[in-house]
Amino acid sequence: MSNLMKVSSNPHIRSKVTTSNIMLAVVIALLPAAGFGIYNFGLGALILIAVTVAATVLTELIFEIAMHKKITVGDFSAVVTGLLLALNLPPKAPWWIGVVGGIFAILVVKMLFGGLGQNFMNPALGARCFLLISYTSIMCNFDCDAYTGATPLASLKAGEGVNIFNMVIGKTGGTIGETSMIAIVVGACFLILLGIIDLKVPGSYILTFVIFLILFGGHGFDPAFLSAHLAGGGLMLGAFFMATDYVTRPVTSKGQYLYGIILGLLTGIFRIYGPSAEGVSYAIILGNLLVPLIEKITMPIAFGKGGKKA
Amino acid sequence: MKQNSISERLINGILKENPTFVLMLGMCPTLAVTTSAVNGLGMGLTTMVVLALSNLFISFLRKVIPDKVRIPAFIVVIASFVTVAELLLKAYIPFLYAALGLYIPLIVVNCIILGRAEAYASKNGPLASLFDGIGMGLGFTVALTIIGAVRELIGAGELFGFMIMPESYVPCSIFVLAPGAFFVLAALTAIQNKVKIAGEKKGRDMSKIQSGCNSDCMNCKDTGCSRRFYDENEGKEKEGNVNG
Repeated sequence: MSNLMKVSSNPHIRSKVTTSNIMLAVVIALLPAAGFGIYNFGLGALILIAVTVAATVLTELIFEIAMHKKITVGDFSAVVTGLLLALNLPPKAPWWIGVVGGIFAILVVKMLFGGLGQNFMNPALGARCFLLISYTSIMCNFDCDAYTGATPLASLKAGEGVNIFNMVIGKTGGTIGETSMIAIVVGACFLILLGIIDLKVPGSYILTFVIFLILFGGHGFDPAFLSAHLAGGGLMLGAFFMATDYVTRPVTSKGQYLYGIILGLLTGIFRIYGPSAEGVSYAIILGNLLVPLIEKITMPIAFGKGGKKA
Repeated sequence: MKQNSISERLINGILKENPTFVLMLGMCPTLAVTTSAVNGLGMGLTTMVVLALSNLFISFLRKVIPDKVRIPAFIVVIASFVTVAELLLKAYIPFLYAALGLYIPLIVVNCIILGRAEAYASKNGPLASLFDGIGMGLGFTVALTIIGAVRELIGAGELFGFMIMPESYVPCSIFVLAPGAFFVLAALTAIQNKVKIAGEKKGRDMSKIQSGCNSDCMNCKDTGCSRRFYDENEGKEKEGNVNG
């Protein structure tokens, strides 16, 4: 009875969409990619994923206990960060890479800026770039039991031919979760059907990237080259799971299209003109930094506020 | 402790108004040259020598320098000492000269030196100014050496060039690159503030003391630190119209 008498401020409409539900759905959507990674790269990948997720969750828990803050581990956002970070690690990376990355992602990128919703940059990508700069040789070594040598994107950049069928399925070298285009798209479709993400950012991102490749890729309209670039590297994982992060994408609708276009251009520039074969991570964190500016120029005018100044 | 005494000036420079961790001055050399403990120590000591000598001479000249051209006059004094220091380093410690490179001539525009000249040496006697310079310089040296040591330890596994970490340690090379400087500076400043807050709670006096500048900037009647004002030591009247 006492619950019924509770007086509270608006909004009064209740919905089952809570932070933890959304985050749980993202975790489920990432499972196909993670599962394929484990199937593809073996037990080592499973251990790395488990260690990284444990590191992110424990870091958040310990930080919140030590700082006497509300415990927010139950909202699964730390699990999503850990899972995304692990999917971005090479399969043969030592376990402590996952621990260092997980601590950096949660402690520095997320909690020091105020926790979930306050971080200016995707924590998983921030940590990936931190690891990439710190431990370049480990993070760029994609040799494993199943595949050795260059990743498909690196061979593509060197001008060698690639097997597109294997790239779409995912039977190539690369980070744990990025190789299988099919597994990622299945997860993304799940999120789109649930209405958790929409195609504004990923659509404009991928479309801009394709147009950039046709214009400046040096191959013209070459379907084999284009599909190899789409299926290779972290483009799909980045476009559907990282660029759509609620916290670090623009809130305005126009801004989301603009954000996607900027990401597509940056990725294209990094992949075609940059020294390294891949550029999705840097493109997205650079885009994250531009979000406040994008929101500022695309903020819709409130009713009655616009029009000519007298 | 008596204000403007020698020991008070030294402690003020090292702890209470540490130029790096409290005043946040001279960030350019702090972030750029602290890739190792030796570089930090070298930069700090070079700056300290210049700071102490320029403070001393500006204090001697403080009644001769006209108020309107005091900044160029200070710069001339500072630049002379920086040139001396640069030539000495080049002649006697060439490896440090090579490591610090461009940042030695840039000591001229280090805001700690101009800041102390403006805020302290131009208003106080030579002896106090000399030890103000030494104290501030020591504070800068200690800060740069600590930052350099932490960066070197994490980023290369070494300390003053000696291998400290076990062989299995993989250096986290971001710490010897530019981002590492920001991480370490922020972390050390946070630790320093934490210690000071804990000290304040125990009742120790952690407030900044006035060194020619009002610690309460909001209610500062002296239009900031950029004007000369009443000299406490000599009972001299204010020069110029302070309130514009």
